[in-house]
Amino acid sequence: MRRLDALAAIYPKIEDAVVVTIMGAVAAELQSIGHRPHFFYLQHAMGLASSMGLGIALARPERQVIVLDGDGSILMNLGGLTTLARYRPRNLMHVVFDNESLLSVGGFPTATSTGSDIAGIAAAAGVPRTATVRTLDAFERAFSEALAAGDLTTLVAKVEAVGPAGFITDLGLLENRFSFARALRGEHTR
Amino acid sequence: MSPVSATHSRLIYDALKGCGIRLMSALPETWLVHLIRLAEDDPEMTLVRLAKEEEGVGISAGAHLAGVKSAMLMQNHGFLASVNGIVSCAQLYRIPLLMLISYRGEFGERDPWQTEGGAVTEDLLRALRIPFALLDRPDHVAHRIAKAQTLALAANKPVALLLCRDLMWED
Repeated sequence: MRRLDALAAIYPKIEDAVVVTIMGAVAAELQSIGHRPHFFYLQHAMGLASSMGLGIALARPERQVIVLDGDGSILMNLGGLTTLARYRPRNLMHVVFDNESLLSVGGFPTATSTGSDIAGIAAAAGVPRTATVRTLDAFERAFSEALAAGDLTTLVAKVEAVGPAGFITDLGLLENRFSFARALRGEHTR
Repeated sequence: MSPVSATHSRLIYDALKGCGIRLMSALPETWLVHLIRLAEDDPEMTLVRLAKEEEGVGISAGAHLAGVKSAMLMQNHGFLASVNGIVSCAQLYRIPLLMLISYRGEFGERDPWQTEGGAVTEDLLRALRIPFALLDRPDHVAHRIAKAQTLALAANKPVALLLCRDLMWED
């Protein structure tokens, strides 16, 4: 499964959700499909996308929050999985695209390439719903089930280690940050 | 009885509430016990207990963008552990981040293991260009916290208050 295809497959289901992505390929690919004001791309601070998702989910329990994470990023914040599980925001879905490598810095293999199991780690941390999927069909199905379940889910999608030619897009970091906040707050006061 | 000042902890907590803080992330440390319990017992406050302090930067950033005011409670060693998040999330994305940092290792410290962190805390704050002030007397707690939060929101940047031994510890 290619991550770009996986993103395209779930795009119609995430259009109205609050989405937080990690840096690099995930951010560039989602933007290539179509940026929305409720999408925030954390273009650094590896590991903290899931923590940002937790902060948003706790602050706005009425909104569905989706974090699009990666194996390299979540491996930097495994302790954060215990915090996600501890507060168990039912409006948070945590998707991890696992290409078993640090693609954007040269493709060096991560520990998932030698057997570390992120869904297993999440389950052991106490995340109530976890799964690992390897095909596009299985990913689409698991994603829809997680949304319907309405509970904290870590969904690991094993994807090919391929990405876009470049990672810089024409969306400025601060432009994204301020318009994202405005989009979230605008709805809050309505 | 813990020699941590319950009275001054309450003063700090009330000042944070007065600034509209409704979410606190915390990693327990001796000086913060009363503050964490006050947050835990307050139905108006969301307390997020962390595994490691840097998570709190992400949580506060998310809460801010979603319209909720937050603060981080941590030891200065937790601040040391959070530096990448502070720089590459809070500073890069202009997030107002109110950090209350217990200032271990300053004059009067008896725990040998705390002494290195104390020696670098202020220099590191300066190196990161994070505005900071000491909280070392009860009479300035409320207005320093309020002013710190005002600056954080006006500048969209992290600010720090160092919780000092003279305020937090009764010995």
